[in-house]
Amino acid sequence: MLETRYRAARALPLGAASRPATAGSGVSVRPAGAEARFSLRARLAAGAAPKLAGLALDAPINTVGTDGETWIARLGPDEWLVGGPEADADLLQGRIHEALAGLPHSLVDVSHRNVGIDVSGRQAAAVLNAGCPLDLSEAAFPPGSATRTLLGKAEIVLIRATAAPLYRVECWRSFSTYVHGFLNEAVFGVEGSAAH
Amino acid sequence: MLLIACPNCGKRPETEFRCGGQAHIARPADPMTVDDGGWSEHLFVRANPKGVHAERWCHIHGCGRWFNALRDTISDRFIETYPIGEQPKSGVKPGTILGTSSATQSEARA
Repeated sequence: MLETRYRAARALPLGAASRPATAGSGVSVRPAGAEARFSLRARLAAGAAPKLAGLALDAPINTVGTDGETWIARLGPDEWLVGGPEADADLLQGRIHEALAGLPHSLVDVSHRNVGIDVSGRQAAAVLNAGCPLDLSEAAFPPGSATRTLLGKAEIVLIRATAAPLYRVECWRSFSTYVHGFLNEAVFGVEGSAAH
Repeated sequence: MLLIACPNCGKRPETEFRCGGQAHIARPADPMTVDDGGWSEHLFVRANPKGVHAERWCHIHGCGRWFNALRDTISDRFIETYPIGEQPKSGVKPGTILGTSSATQSEARA
C-alpha cells in the first residue's frame, strides 16, 4: 500500500512540460513519462539463454530488445537495464525473478534514479552529437542499439529501439536538468545551422 | 578524438575510458616470504617507460569492464587491447621504442 502511494506521488524532475518543436525544425526533445526500470546483474552460464518476457538475455552487448512495452538493453557482459510501463513494475520484477530462478543475480529497482528524455526527428543524431562523441550513423549505431556513453559531462544510456529516428536518453535524476538543458541548447545550434 | 578498442564494445571515444596504471603486476604467491622492501616494490614502484607500455584500462562510461592495452607512450597510439587475464598477441614487448613503422599505424583489436 505504502509502495503504491509512493509510486503515485512520484514527481518527475523535468515535469510534463516540454519545449514545443518549432515549425520546420527537424528535432524535438521531450521528457518521457514515468517508467519502471531495473538494473539487472547476472553472470550467464555458457549455453544458457534465459528469456525475460520473450526477450533474449544473451543478445550481443550494446543491443536492445523490445516487445513494444518492455525493453531490455544489454550494457555489458553481465549488466542489463530493463524498462517497462510503470504500472507493471511489480509484475515485471516477478517475471524476471521467475525467469532467472536458480541463477544468482541482482535486480535493483532504479525507476526513481533514472529519467528518460526522448529525442526524435530528422536531426536527432546531430543534436545528440553536440555532446556525445559516439558515431550515430546507420552503420555504427543501427536500430536495436543501446549503450552507456557520455553526453557533455553526464553519463547517459542511449537507446535506439526502432528504425525511426527516435533516441531515448536515460540519465540519472540529478543529471536530468543538465542533460535536458544541454539537449535544448543543442537544438538551437542545429536549427541555427539549418537556417543559414 | 582518439578511439580506443574495448574488447566488448569495439572502438569508442577516449573520454569513456579511465586508465588504471601498469598491467600484469602479480601479487606475490607467498606473501609471508616477502620482506618490506619487496612489498614496497610490489605496491608502489611502477615502470614509466618511454615506448610501449602495458596498461590496464576501464571502459567506465560504457560496459564498465577492465581490459589490458599496449600503448606507445611516445605517440599515444594503442597497439593492441586484450581482455584481462590474457597476454598480448601482437608480440610487441613493453619497453620497446617503436619507429614510425606501419606496426604503429594500425590498431589491432583483440
